[in-house]
Amino acid sequence: MKKRVLAMALVAAMAGTMLTGCGGGNGGNADSSSNTGTEAPAADGAKVVKIGVYEPASGDNGAGGKQEVLGMQYANKMTPTVEIGGEEYNVQLEIVDNESSNDKGPSAASSLVGAGVSVVLGSYGSGVSIAASDVFKEAGIPAIGVTCTNPQVTEGNTHYFRICFLDPFQGTVLANFANAEFSAKKAYILTKQGDDYSKGLGHYFQKAFEELGGEVETNEFPDGNTDFNSYITAAKNAGAEVFFAPVSTEAAANIIEQAATQELGIPLMAGDTWDSNVILNAAKGKNVQIYVSTFYQEGGNADFDKGFKEFLNSDSTAKTNNGGDDTISAVSAMGHDAYYVALEALKAAGSTDPAAVNEALWKVTYSGVSGNIAFDDVNGDARRDTAYVKCANTESGAWDFVAEQGVN
Amino acid sequence: MSSKKKMAWNAGLIVALLVLLFVLEQMMPPGSMFLTVLKKGAIYALVAVSMNLLNGFTGLFSLGQAGFMLLGAYTYAILTIPVESRESVYQYFDGGIVQFTVPVPVALIAGGILAGFFAYLIGLPVLRLKSDYLAIATLGFAEIIRAVFQWDKLGPLTNGSNLLRSFPSFKSVLYPFVVSGICITLIVLLINSTYGRAFKAIRDDEIAAEAMGINLAHHKRLAFVISSFFAGVSGGLLAMYQTTIQASMFKSAMTYEILLIVVIGGIGSVTGSCISSFLFIACSEWWLRFLDNENLYLGGFHVPFLRPGFRKVVFAVVIMAVVLFYRQGIMGTKEFSVEGIANFFKRRFSGKKAVKGGGSHE
Amino acid sequence: MEWITRNLPYLLAGISVGGQYALIAIGYTMVYGILRLINFAHGDIFMVAGLILVYATTAMPIYIAIPLMIVATVLLGFLVERAAYKPLRSAPRMSIMISAIGVSYLLQNMALYVTGGLSQQYPQIPWISDTVTVFGATTKRVTLITPVLTIILVVALVLLIKKTKIGMAMRAASKDFETSQLMGIKINSVISMTFVIGTFLAAIGSLLFFTNYTGVTPTVGAMPGLKAFVAAVFGGIGSIPGAVIGAFIIGICENIIKGLGWTNFSDAFTFALLIVILFVKPTGLFGEKATDKV
Repeated sequence: MKKRVLAMALVAAMAGTMLTGCGGGNGGNADSSSNTGTEAPAADGAKVVKIGVYEPASGDNGAGGKQEVLGMQYANKMTPTVEIGGEEYNVQLEIVDNESSNDKGPSAASSLVGAGVSVVLGSYGSGVSIAASDVFKEAGIPAIGVTCTNPQVTEGNTHYFRICFLDPFQGTVLANFANAEFSAKKAYILTKQGDDYSKGLGHYFQKAFEELGGEVETNEFPDGNTDFNSYITAAKNAGAEVFFAPVSTEAAANIIEQAATQELGIPLMAGDTWDSNVILNAAKGKNVQIYVSTFYQEGGNADFDKGFKEFLNSDSTAKTNNGGDDTISAVSAMGHDAYYVALEALKAAGSTDPAAVNEALWKVTYSGVSGNIAFDDVNGDARRDTAYVKCANTESGAWDFVAEQGVN
Repeated sequence: MSSKKKMAWNAGLIVALLVLLFVLEQMMPPGSMFLTVLKKGAIYALVAVSMNLLNGFTGLFSLGQAGFMLLGAYTYAILTIPVESRESVYQYFDGGIVQFTVPVPVALIAGGILAGFFAYLIGLPVLRLKSDYLAIATLGFAEIIRAVFQWDKLGPLTNGSNLLRSFPSFKSVLYPFVVSGICITLIVLLINSTYGRAFKAIRDDEIAAEAMGINLAHHKRLAFVISSFFAGVSGGLLAMYQTTIQASMFKSAMTYEILLIVVIGGIGSVTGSCISSFLFIACSEWWLRFLDNENLYLGGFHVPFLRPGFRKVVFAVVIMAVVLFYRQGIMGTKEFSVEGIANFFKRRFSGKKAVKGGGSHE
Repeated sequence: MEWITRNLPYLLAGISVGGQYALIAIGYTMVYGILRLINFAHGDIFMVAGLILVYATTAMPIYIAIPLMIVATVLLGFLVERAAYKPLRSAPRMSIMISAIGVSYLLQNMALYVTGGLSQQYPQIPWISDTVTVFGATTKRVTLITPVLTIILVVALVLLIKKTKIGMAMRAASKDFETSQLMGIKINSVISMTFVIGTFLAAIGSLLFFTNYTGVTPTVGAMPGLKAFVAAVFGGIGSIPGAVIGAFIIGICENIIKGLGWTNFSDAFTFALLIVILFVKPTGLFGEKATDKV
């Protein structure tokens, strides 16, 4: 009997909360139980515009996602207000964690929609961006992809934009680099199963590399795999001259460790995900060569570098989220730029209405720390024609600049 | 209450619920969290009930649910992606080999049938195993299915391990409710039939059931195939809800989640599974999200410990508490019904009266 | 010779990973033998052991951190049993298995919270992390140590079970749980001891495993845990030598499959092996025949 009473009480509580929840959600603002604001209520009573941040804070891409968010938070700290249609608005970041997971992502995206954001930034990782695309589309909210490089994110839709370069470009850059720098004729490509970023970049690298007359051997590893010894052995046995592994930093740390143990001896190459201090820490003091292509090179904009480092060093949480040191990741610079692109769009739209922002985004141009950003008219991809190639210095634990590379 | 009156009541309730949902949907902004929870909750309710049919009513401890959902989801997606989108979805496989589509309901049922068919094949060897061995073998099969679907060589059919997308999805929250509702009604009818009684007999004592003349192998297989059929249908619905699917979603963690829903709702209670699936989804996706907010202030007080991930810790603690201290779950083996509520209030009411007036007993 | 240098790394990796699975599998097989419980949380305890060492080494030298890690892990195993399994001793077997799943969920989520969802780099352990060369194949010393250490520990464990009083009590409890209680065996301390031994071996296993595969993530324990369980079933659940042999077979097969280029199926193969063995010999290689009682 007692249990029944309790059961009934539970059911009643559920029904009650659900109804109160929807009552609050009705007005389009955040209800009591969703992720409310990142700041204490603004004192000056200015209006608030919300920018959604759809990024991973856990899972495979957690490390990168956090660094990207840091760039946005830094930009938000620098420019906390925006003038829209002659009125001053406080910008509030609504941050959700998509858990690097294609099935958890859409619900996280819905919670942003429920919070009434005007525009969404993110995500790091292409798969989660594609997975949430329809949620944003249905709600009529535009999204700005920050470092999702897979073409499918923006292909065939009008609400997803992107400020970074694409995988066909990046893959070609890396293949050219492998061919020119190492005169490599054979490459071993290792990608992660079910990871759109990884598969896509691997595919375009392979295509470009074969066009240059090279030969490739490909393999893929399943989710959750930590044992890369067999792949490294296979690469050695195949006589590969470069080992291309466009994978998440989590897997990368294991690959580097095991490549060093087995004395792989050939360069490890990867795309933008590897531009992270996780890689530097894993490679420090080991006998490995690592080359990555990326969006931004530390030193590219002295003001940003200085300000961002101060921001990291003044806030212990921020520093922890950056991996414990003040190395600047390219994704932070991209996050920073994405925030300003969103502000430009809000200004141009003259309203916080998502549809107006979406319309305005097509025309937005912005000169950011990572270069000039303007969108093409087809998919809303930024026109980008340069990537930076860096090399990990295993003694100092920092990146060495190697080349600025375009496609010939 | 007579059974006719009961049916009328239940039918009335269902219609009222649907109307309520319809009204709510019109009132709420699209994409609100409440509707999201309802959609996903309805889908999980179906798969939880289908798992309950096996674990709660037939006593077969199977952990293969995620695998069967995968089969349903893939079948649905492969059969419904519009031909013109195939080129871009199967971008590494030249558009794939399937170059036709079928209507959505057909694809959903086809997903169920495929899942049921695989369950039949798998059931031939594994249903001879006992409890934990069965659990681990079905878990293993789910993992094997997942590996097969991620295989590159099957890429023209399954798109390898890449996302499948662009297939039709539902807009209205009514859709999953209606489909799940029909399926759950079918399961309830089955449970109340002679087959259902045979299932329960097997659960309570296999040897006794066999002695009573119940064909064990036949009934176990039937329960397994039917449960998998509905898991397949719910997989198709899940694909519609998610709008993109991928084999790596259907991990054993998903089966564990469903199992926890069944346990929280009460093993052996259909309505319990339904209620707990809504509660579970709402807690994990919505209500506890504020716990992930690092800078939450309660009247100027900075709440400590909050940061991404805290929500899940709290949720896991709640689940452990239910498992340990509230073993029967929300409903135990009872069902939620109009009659139950009526009796409940009657008893309360008459109980109070009894104290006051000291008379009138039923 | 050429063939050996090409393929030896696969075999070495297989033997090493097999030894690590063996150390985990013993925990499964002993607990199952006595409680008839698939301790789903065992793989996660293994993961937590890894995390404890990661955090311990930031605060203290490694020669203190390692014993501390082992003690803390054993304590965790003991506490999990007392908190989550003991209250359910009279409950149906399914409840206790679900409780195990719940503990696994809790441990993973706590790890997620503590690490902030980021992969943690396992510390370098002097001597065993060093690189050595065997027949032209380079590997870490831990690869060579693992099988030796595994065998030493297993022999010690078998002696413990055969020769000591507590070992005898364990055997009695796994033979017949209720009767052994009637015979005056303190069943709770026997079960606690089982968990202590199981988690101790898992802690050692984690030390060896993470020295090779240095990223510690919240879900890293799930797969090795499941495979170790399969190994235990394969060898005949309840049998310690069976679990060890099963683990080595699975570890080596898995790496051969990877070597053949069928990496996609290396996990699936483990389960296929399980289903085949259950089909052919349901009690595993060395399991005892169980009879149904009415």
